[in-house]
Amino acid sequence: MEREAMEFDVVIVGGGPAGLATAIRLRQLAVQHDHELTVCLIEKGSEVGAHILSGAVMEPRALNELIPEWRTLGAPLHTSVTDDRFLFLTARRALRLPTPPPMHNEGNYIVSLGNVCRWLAQQAEAAGVEIYPGFAAAEVLYHADGRVKGVATGDMGRTKEGAEGPNFAPGMELHAKQTIFAEGCRGSLTKTLFERFDLRRDIDPQVFCLGVKELWEVRPEQHRLGRVIHTIGWPVDQATYGGSFLYHLENNLVSVGFVLGLGYENPYLSPFEEMQRFKTHPAMRETFAGARRVAYGARAISAGGFQSIPKLTFPGGLLVGDGAGFLNLPKIKGSHTAMKSGMTAAESVFKLLRAGEQAGTEAIDYLHRLKNTWLWDELYRVRNIKPAFRWGLWLAIAYGAIDTYLFRGKAPWTLRHKADHTSLKPAALCKPIDYPKPDGVLTFDKLSSVFLSNTNHEENQPCHLTLKDASVPTRLNLEVYAGPEQRYCPAGVYEFVEESGSKHLQINAQNCVHCKTCDIKDPSQNIHWVTPEGGGGPNYPNM
Amino acid sequence: MKILVAVKRAIDYNVKARPKSDGTGVDLANVKMSMNPFDEIAVEEALRLQEAGKVTEVVAISIGPTACQETLRTAMAMGADRGILVQTDDEVQPLAVAKLLQALVAKEAPGLVILGKQAIDDDSNQTGQMLAGLLGWPQGTFAAKIDVGEGTVEVKREVDGGLQTVALKLPAIVTADLRLNEPRYVKLPNIMKAKKKQLDVVSPADLGVDITPRLKLVKVAEPPARAGGVKVADVQELVAKLRNEAKVI
Repeated sequence: MEREAMEFDVVIVGGGPAGLATAIRLRQLAVQHDHELTVCLIEKGSEVGAHILSGAVMEPRALNELIPEWRTLGAPLHTSVTDDRFLFLTARRALRLPTPPPMHNEGNYIVSLGNVCRWLAQQAEAAGVEIYPGFAAAEVLYHADGRVKGVATGDMGRTKEGAEGPNFAPGMELHAKQTIFAEGCRGSLTKTLFERFDLRRDIDPQVFCLGVKELWEVRPEQHRLGRVIHTIGWPVDQATYGGSFLYHLENNLVSVGFVLGLGYENPYLSPFEEMQRFKTHPAMRETFAGARRVAYGARAISAGGFQSIPKLTFPGGLLVGDGAGFLNLPKIKGSHTAMKSGMTAAESVFKLLRAGEQAGTEAIDYLHRLKNTWLWDELYRVRNIKPAFRWGLWLAIAYGAIDTYLFRGKAPWTLRHKADHTSLKPAALCKPIDYPKPDGVLTFDKLSSVFLSNTNHEENQPCHLTLKDASVPTRLNLEVYAGPEQRYCPAGVYEFVEESGSKHLQINAQNCVHCKTCDIKDPSQNIHWVTPEGGGGPNYPNM
Repeated sequence: MKILVAVKRAIDYNVKARPKSDGTGVDLANVKMSMNPFDEIAVEEALRLQEAGKVTEVVAISIGPTACQETLRTAMAMGADRGILVQTDDEVQPLAVAKLLQALVAKEAPGLVILGKQAIDDDSNQTGQMLAGLLGWPQGTFAAKIDVGEGTVEVKREVDGGLQTVALKLPAIVTADLRLNEPRYVKLPNIMKAKKKQLDVVSPADLGVDITPRLKLVKVAEPPARAGGVKVADVQELVAKLRNEAKVI
């Protein structure tokens, strides 16, 4: 079937900090050099910000460079970090440790990254960027010679079986001289580009963490505006990489979350339940007394850092943001690097287009430019921190101190990563974890949580969680790993249900909050996440 | 014939509405807003009538703050020819909405006004009826099917226990119910085209309408949490409980 096509100079896939910063910088350069440049940005969420979830403490470095006058333009960075605490938890106690240098937050702000993106989108539109939320990029388009030609948005109105329904509307082709992929962690098109252009050759596999977050409105007497708390230790064991964040931001809101390394080994582990359990710690539960939970969500983040950065460019396009893996894990921040990578990419792309390069050239100087920014240096210095956690928490902390203080991040070696999906041990070798039952006040079950993410997908559409081999869930996952997808999915999408004596996997795709964990953690990489109809997924407010 | 369609910017149907902690209203800060779903159905019906050649122009109207322009752009991306925003940051209650629409009807002289039967934020279900009263026009509310003939419109209405068909003389007021149609997906090129369509902005004062609220909002609170159920041993116990505890029989 013929699809309509539209032409732009640049098409950007994804309305997060990376995509929006790219768009804004491109238009700034176009105005500055009086060069005509059309920039189109599409976003799969129903609006910009709908799919954005982050802690978040934001380092304003990149924003200062992009929009120096952000304060007067009403950017929603309202709460300066005034109190920074780093705690080690045992089941009953909390020990205050010195805050590691990367986690110092002087000059940083506690924000809702979703609201920051909403504001960035306003700035982008004012600068002449065309933003279309509710349209998911479903397919990369190529020229006959293999150069990237653009993307196609997904069809709307297909039935569950894939047939054209009564309101069927075919996707659109968006052609561009340069297509910028800013899909965020584990982008579904980015994943196909890795393969197509062999972008991950000779680098470490990407590794990931899953962040599960809740937003609470607490009683004023429990609120400490500007306080930031990070914890390590309980409820996860020493061998498991994980920690919490708890930020007091404006309007009596507290943002609380647990970030867990997806390289965990015990298939009985549930990141969602660890997050629930964390809130019950004696040092934490007081904050939530008499409080009201107002939002819930989850999102995977890239944790591989420097040694996992892929080749970033290919003919006709490039990667920016966390889809490429620019998150600084020891800092647990990625919005500043996402924006910086986007701004740098914009400069390379603009130079190309201004020189009149034809469509589909490769913006090769992007990497070179990036290497000369603070981003590169920042990621290089912390590259050995995360991989050291394979030795357990205490050795990792000891190593981290040596690497940071003695070598100042310039140790003459680089520790390697191992792909997360290879780490699960067979269930027979592991101990089931007995998680406490939710009390409905401080701790909750998955379904009442997903309810607060305002997630919805048009029910009668093809399932967007595709299986390469439909027999794997029972034959391998259930048999050997006791069905880990039931536990790692923070939205209750995967359920093993019994029917006439045998169990099969039921996929409740409507619940999906687009965190991408299944695509990452499935032991045989059998689950392939594709974009559902545009506008589907969570509708996060203030996350 | 021209059709006016009223579209309201309301909290998105996927969002779980949450009262503000001080009880003064629903918390709408950074919450996704979109066109009231019943109004979307109204727009769709107007467009289908236009595509069937029975209507020459579809004009969308919204009342509220500047952000309502987005809602009008959505209506125009669906296919409405132009939009009118009655811009105000003040609270606009159903009677005021009806009066503003009355004033616009006087200006635009449509043959038919289609509205959603109610908005999903306040569930008032009053505007269409009051507009018909103010104009002295016939009304077909809760429409499940509309047939426009020569100078008349036949409306199949969803009523308790079935469907009722009324024949109205034009001009008339119709309010859309859920089953009237399934709105189309908005296409990307149409969103682009909609940006260039005419959108006029007027104020309530321009239309000579006083929108001072007549109703006072006392309190917005969450419904009480459902108490857990109990298991009863037999029918006798159930009946006893219904009679003595629940006092419903």
